[in-house]
Amino acid sequence: MTVLAAHASPLGLLLVLAVIVPLLGLAPLLLLKARPAERSALVFLAAGLAIVCALCFEVARSGAPLAYFLGGFKPPLGVGLRADGFSAFMLGVTAVVMVAAGLFAMTAPGADKPRMPLAFWMLLLGVWSALNLVYVADDLFALYVALELLTFAAVPLVCLDGRAQTIAAALQYLLFALFGSVLYLLGAALLYGTYGTLDILLLAQRAHGEPALLAALALMTAGMVAKAALFPFYLWLPAAHAGAPAAASAILSAVVVKAPIFLVVRFWYDIASPAQTAAVAPILAALGAGAVVLCGVFALRQARLKLLIAYSTAAQIGYLFLMFPLAAASAGAGVWGAIAWTGGALHLVSHALSKAAMFMAAGVIAETLGHDRIAQLSGIGRIVPISVFAFGLGGLSLMGLPPSGGFVAKVMLLTSAVQQGSWWIAVVILLGGLLAAGYVLRVLLPALQRPDGNLVPVPVARWREMVALALALGAVALGFVPLQPAAFLAIGRPASWDGAVP
Amino acid sequence: MSLVLDGLLAVLALALALRVLLAREALAAAIGFVGLGLVLALLWVRLDAVDVALTEAAIGSGVTGLVLLRAASAAKRMAPQGLAVRGLAALLAFVVFCGLAALVLSLPEPAPSLANEAAAHLEATGLGNPVTAVLLVYRALDTLLETVVLLLALIGVWSLSADRDWTGAPPPLWRYAPTPPLVFLARLLPPLGLLMGLYLFWTGADKPGGAFQGGAVLGAAWLLVLLAGLRTPPKAGSRKLRALLLLGPMLFLAVGALGVVVAGAFLAYPEGLAKPIILVVEAALTLSIAVTLGLLVLDPPEAPGQLPTEGRSAP
Repeated sequence: MTVLAAHASPLGLLLVLAVIVPLLGLAPLLLLKARPAERSALVFLAAGLAIVCALCFEVARSGAPLAYFLGGFKPPLGVGLRADGFSAFMLGVTAVVMVAAGLFAMTAPGADKPRMPLAFWMLLLGVWSALNLVYVADDLFALYVALELLTFAAVPLVCLDGRAQTIAAALQYLLFALFGSVLYLLGAALLYGTYGTLDILLLAQRAHGEPALLAALALMTAGMVAKAALFPFYLWLPAAHAGAPAAASAILSAVVVKAPIFLVVRFWYDIASPAQTAAVAPILAALGAGAVVLCGVFALRQARLKLLIAYSTAAQIGYLFLMFPLAAASAGAGVWGAIAWTGGALHLVSHALSKAAMFMAAGVIAETLGHDRIAQLSGIGRIVPISVFAFGLGGLSLMGLPPSGGFVAKVMLLTSAVQQGSWWIAVVILLGGLLAAGYVLRVLLPALQRPDGNLVPVPVARWREMVALALALGAVALGFVPLQPAAFLAIGRPASWDGAVP
Repeated sequence: MSLVLDGLLAVLALALALRVLLAREALAAAIGFVGLGLVLALLWVRLDAVDVALTEAAIGSGVTGLVLLRAASAAKRMAPQGLAVRGLAALLAFVVFCGLAALVLSLPEPAPSLANEAAAHLEATGLGNPVTAVLLVYRALDTLLETVVLLLALIGVWSLSADRDWTGAPPPLWRYAPTPPLVFLARLLPPLGLLMGLYLFWTGADKPGGAFQGGAVLGAAWLLVLLAGLRTPPKAGSRKLRALLLLGPMLFLAVGALGVVVAGAFLAYPEGLAKPIILVVEAALTLSIAVTLGLLVLDPPEAPGQLPTEGRSAP
């Protein structure tokens, strides 16, 4: 069928592989016996990582985005996949967290039971495929399918341990996520009815800031904000993220909530007119500020470690929305080269690494003690020092102390805020750091004390503690990136199909 | 005449929607919902969107209705909301309605559409139904992933089982002795359902129909057999069952990969062979969708010999 020649980048097939290879992994997991099935999942984990590495390397090497037209049909009739620097960056962050979570889950307790590991692996692969599609699809309906795939793979992760309260939390998550999907679909239908295409880049060409565009994007943004648990839609997040098994919490908190945020960025920087973006950005930033301050305060008041970390996620998501007015204001100088932009991206990756590390460390602590009540954590640092160290390093990045990715990210955001005279944003960033320091130290100080009585720890695999530590060290290592806009993120920006088609 | 018919359908749809809203019993609301779905399907037919009508009837009203009926018969009766809450909800719904109506009325006339372009390339696909061309040729990735969504939803349902039950069978759909009329219907209707399902799949290439609608009808016929207790649900750990679940999505993926080699792009079909390949893929999808939808309606697997769970009572 050569109705339309298949124009694509030479290595564009990598985009397809990133989406379908994790799905191929479902077959052995359903058909093989438990042990070989789990081993096969490791193979797919490695394959997924290799594909994403090759993709990121190719984007960096060529300095141009990758593109692929499925079935050889170009948009608007067909569906286009495209990965620029920002997409490749998100794919990379996701791959690192997925592989780490997989390795951490490998020898988790219950690994000898038939249900948990197999269901976990299938859901993990489903989440990974969905996330990769969110980052490479350029078509609003393909993105809707990706969001559905993400919802139906992520929600069961919450209630894998089968307790009634986690099932209730999963149901709440499902309702919020589906509500978000409906709003998204409504907006997408309006856009198709107005412009006759679902392709984001073609939409960007055809749209010129009409009111219908604003209405559609507002609906879709509301949907994504519900999925991302931005204040005031954070209600579902703490119970869901805290109730999941540690490896699943790491995935949910570190990468799953970032996918809708990625789409919000695309809506307002790829489709909307700059004037519309400038009008909406302060609203998003105000919600972000609410998240940073209020969810930070809530985190301070939690009695359980995993709930504290989950509230911290709801707070940290706020920073990513503080970025919107800062990046929008520098549109004249090229949004994608702005320092606020790089700061936001850096915050995203350092939060992903540190939060995954902290949830894993909390999982190890909870297994060792048999509970995760913060009031009874004293002395835990002597029993699982590596996990407590990993938690501390992750906390360092959340607080924004040097050397850490969180520090550099906050310096960039602060610089941008001060340069543009957005004092209130600067104040929120500093306040958020103080709150983070408060809730991290609430855990660390007792953990480093002498044990109260005789703790009878359950032994945990050293291997799993090392996974958490490696992630936390990664968040710290990000503190050594140069304090300037990252060229990689600007690859293929502003977005268009032209650069990708030979 | 047609105006009268349309008016009647519209009034009926609104009346049924009101009935769902005002029903005091969850079960009555669920039954109203199924009826509403059927009227909506007729409205879609009146709009010449027969593919949408079939999907609405099979999935939106049929399978979803069955899930709702089961949930409603298991749910405890809820106290009705206070007048203030209901008033606020009604106000909110009215505001949303006005906003949507304003947006829809503001859409350009005639609506920009890809229908012409989709029809223009139809000949090269060998298909007669442009909707099938969109679903399996132009936007095949969406359809492929939708079937994976179904599979993942089923894995999600199964993951709710207890550890020892993971490979067990779902409990029977109906824990009570089936009544003779039910058994009679369960013997009479499934052959018709089989014929109807296969017809919907086969005709989908050229006329309205396709794998989702055909699969839903086949799944419904299977559920009727299970409901009457003529067969018991299969074990979730059965290798054959799992292969059947995977058949559709995996064959679709394989065909997609084949496209890279022989037609130059993922999910592209070789010249002249598009239609036969699509029929094979649709056949596999129909089977997988039928089994997946049927299992989605059933409960998570349980170990054999377990007592019925608490809170379940005959509706």
